[in-house]
Amino acid sequence: MTETPPTEAPPEETPPDLIPPEEETETATRPHGSLMERMAPANIDWRSVVLIPLLAVLLGLAIGALIILVTEGPGEIAPAYGALFSGSLGGIRSIADTLFSATPLILAGLSVALGFKAGLFNIGAEGQMVVGGTFAVLVGFTVTGLPAIIHLPLALIAGVIGGALWGAVPGYLRARTGAHEVITTIMLNFVAAQGLAYMLRQPWMLPEGRIDPISKPIEASARLPRILTWLPIENSGGIRLHLGFLIAIAAAFFLYWLLFKSTLGFEFRAVGSNPKAAAYAGMSVTGATVLSMAIAGGLAGLAGANETLGLLGSASNGFAAGLGFDAIAVALLGRSHPVGVVLAGLLFGGLRAGGRAMQVRSEVGIDLIVIIQALVIIFIAAPELVRSVFRVRGGRKTGQVTRGWSA
Amino acid sequence: MVGLTTATAPVPVLRDPADIRRGRNIGIVYLILAAVVVFSFALGTEGNAVFRLGARPGEIDVTVPAAGLAWFTAALFAVLGVTHLVRAGLGRWTNIVLGTAMVLFAITFLGWAAAGNSFSLAGMLASTVAAATPIAFGGLSGVMCERVGVINIGIEGMLLTGAFMGAFVGSLAGPWMGVAAATLAGGLMALLLAVLAIRYRVDQIIAGVVINILALGLTSFLSSQLMVQDAARYNSPDILSRVPIPGLASIPVIGPILFNQNIFVYGLFVIVAVMTFALFKTRWGLRSRAVGEHPKAADTLGINVYRTRYRNVVTGGLIAGFGGAFFTLGTVGSFNENMTGGRGFIGLAAMIFGRWHPVGAFAAALVFGFADALQVRLAILNVNIASEFLAMIPYLVTIIVVAGLVGRSRPPAADGQPYIKE
Repeated sequence: MTETPPTEAPPEETPPDLIPPEEETETATRPHGSLMERMAPANIDWRSVVLIPLLAVLLGLAIGALIILVTEGPGEIAPAYGALFSGSLGGIRSIADTLFSATPLILAGLSVALGFKAGLFNIGAEGQMVVGGTFAVLVGFTVTGLPAIIHLPLALIAGVIGGALWGAVPGYLRARTGAHEVITTIMLNFVAAQGLAYMLRQPWMLPEGRIDPISKPIEASARLPRILTWLPIENSGGIRLHLGFLIAIAAAFFLYWLLFKSTLGFEFRAVGSNPKAAAYAGMSVTGATVLSMAIAGGLAGLAGANETLGLLGSASNGFAAGLGFDAIAVALLGRSHPVGVVLAGLLFGGLRAGGRAMQVRSEVGIDLIVIIQALVIIFIAAPELVRSVFRVRGGRKTGQVTRGWSA
Repeated sequence: MVGLTTATAPVPVLRDPADIRRGRNIGIVYLILAAVVVFSFALGTEGNAVFRLGARPGEIDVTVPAAGLAWFTAALFAVLGVTHLVRAGLGRWTNIVLGTAMVLFAITFLGWAAAGNSFSLAGMLASTVAAATPIAFGGLSGVMCERVGVINIGIEGMLLTGAFMGAFVGSLAGPWMGVAAATLAGGLMALLLAVLAIRYRVDQIIAGVVINILALGLTSFLSSQLMVQDAARYNSPDILSRVPIPGLASIPVIGPILFNQNIFVYGLFVIVAVMTFALFKTRWGLRSRAVGEHPKAADTLGINVYRTRYRNVVTGGLIAGFGGAFFTLGTVGSFNENMTGGRGFIGLAAMIFGRWHPVGAFAAALVFGFADALQVRLAILNVNIASEFLAMIPYLVTIIVVAGLVGRSRPPAADGQPYIKE
C-alpha cells in the first residue's frame, strides 16, 4: 500500500506552513463542512490522503502486535504477522485470495462512499447486500435453460435492483419525512435479515426434501466464473478469484465517472456538501437524495450478488454479516474516492486473506483483523491522534460527516 | 399544543398540518387493525381461551371467549378509527389511547392464538421482562448520552463488552466482581466514545460504529484465544440467581413477574426511577438537558458543556456495561461470540420509540420484549404466524416513528453536533 492514489487535482502547491489554520474558517456556523471536505476535498493535501491512512494502518498493526504480545507472548508476533503477510502477498495464490476477499469490500465500500459524497451515511449496505444477493439467487435458480451470457447478467441486474429498492426506501424517507437515514438503514438491515430467514423456511426456496436454511443452488449459468483457472500452476482450479473482481473494478470506474464527470454526480456532491445552496441553484434535493441512496443500494446489491453468485452459489442466513461495517471502514479509509476505495478494499481484503492464513498457521485468531480494522477507522476518523503520535503537522478539524438526528 | 376541538368544527384552526396528517394516519391504522381483527381473529374462531395468571394451572385462571373478545376489539377500533379521522387525532390523549389499544390488540391476538387452549400469561410476561431487560438498559444508556447531545450508536458494543467482562472476570473472581468489571468496561468504552466525539470531534455516528466493531473484535478475539481454550477457567461464571423480595414477591400475578427476579431487573427499576427523577427534577438534569438542547446557551450560563457531556456519556456506558452483564451473569452463564445479537440496536430503537425519556424507553423495551417473548410462545402454541415477522416489529415500528407517519419522536436539538467553545 505504498503507491500514491491518483488524485483528481494536483497536490497542494502551497508550502504546508503557509496554509492558514482551518479553525479560523471553520467556525460554529459550519460545523458540518469539514469531514465532508476531507471526503470530497477541493485541493488534496497529500498528508491527509496518503500519509495519515498509511500511518493509521501501521499504528493499527502495531497495536495488534501489542495485543498478541499480551495474550500470546512475544514469540507469537513474528509467526502471526509472517503468516498474515505471506497469506496476503506471498505468491500468486495468496494475491488471488487477497483480490477475491477484496471484491465485496470494494463494491460495498463504493456504496458507502457514494452515500458520503451525497451527504448520507449508508449504514444499510449489509441489508442492501442481503436483498440484492437474495434477488440474484432467486433469478439464479428459478430461470433455467438460458446461456450464461444472458443468465449471469440477468442475475446480477436482479441483485442491483434488489439493493437499489432497499436503498431507495431510506432515501425516500429522508427526503420526504426527514427520518434520519442512519436509524432507518440500521433498522432495515434487521428487517432484511429477518425477511431472508423467513424465505429460507419456505419450501419453494429450499431444495426438495431439505429443511436446513440454505436456498436451492443457482444454475451453473448464473455463477460468476473463476478467472484464474488457466494459470499453469498446480491446482489452479482451486483459486477462488472470479469475475466479480473485474466487475468491482468496473463499478469503481463507473462511480468515478458518475461522481466527477456527470451532471448527476455533480448534483449529488452539491447536495451533499450544502443542500440549501444546491436547492437554491435549482437542484432537486429530494431527487438527489433518493437517487443517490438507490444507486448506493444498487452497488451494495451488486456486492451481495457477488457473494451469492460468486462464492456461495446459494443464499443462507448471515451471508453478508459484518460486511456493511467493513464497508464503512473501507469508504472512510479510501476517503470516499473510488480509487481510494479500491485501494482500501485491497488492503482490507489482504488483511482478511492473510488473517485466514494467520488463523491456520499461528496461535492468533482471525478476529485480530477486526480489531485492527476498528483501530484504523479510529485513526482515520481522528487524524489528530495520528498527527500527535507521529508529529505530522496539519490543521485541526472537526470530523462531522453526518447531520444530527434532528437536522 | 392545541388540542381544542369541537364536534361542529372537525378541523381546528391552529393546528400543524403535519399533526393533522398524523392524526388521520392513526385513524387509518385503527381501521386497518379493526379489519385485521375481524378477518383474522374473529371470523371462524371458536372456543374459549384460558389465560393462566398463576404460577401453576388452575391457580388463577381467566377464561375469555376468543371470538367475543375479537368482535369487541374490532368494534372499539372501528369507533376509534372514525373518531381519529373526523377529529384528526385526540390531542394529547392520542398516544396514551394508542398504547392502550395496542395492549388490547395483543390480548385479542393471544386470545385467538390460545382459543380452545390454555396459555400461561404469567410465564409469558415473565419472559417479556427477561427479554426486555437488556433492551431497556441499552435504551437508558442511549437516553443518558443523547440528552446531552452525544449520539450513541455504540450501545451494542458496550452491551457486548459488558457481557464478555461479566463472564471473564465473573469466572475468575466471582459474579459480583464480574458485574463490577462489566460496568467499568462499559464505562471505558463510553469514555472512548466521549473522547472521540468531544475531544477529537469525530463524527459521532462513526465513533459509535467504531465502538461496535472494536467491541466485537476484542471480545471475539479474546474469547477465541482464552475462553475456547479453557472454558472451565475463563468462561464458567456462577449465575446471579433470582432474589425474591420478601412480601412483594407474594403479591398474586405481578409479584412473581416483577419481584422474583435477579439484581439486573431490580437495578433496571432503580435506574429508571432515579434517572427520571434526576433528569427532570434536579439541577443536574436541567443542566444536562440544556447542554443537549442548546449547548451555547448553557455555556453562556456557566455550565461546563464538555464536562457535562463526558460525565453523562460515561454514565451511559456504565449503565450499558451493567446491562451487558445480564447476558452472561443473569441468564446463560457463559459468553458466546456476538451474543448480544443486535439487542443494542433494539435498545436504540426503544430510546427513539420512548421519545428520549427513561420511562418511555423502558416501556418501549417492554413492548419489544413482548414481541420477542411472543415468538417463543407462538411456536409452543403451534400458531401459523412466521416468527420472523414478529421479530421485525421493533424495527418497523422505529422506522414508522422516526418518519413521523404515526406519532412523532423528537430528539434533543443539539443531538449529534459537536460543540466548539469559542
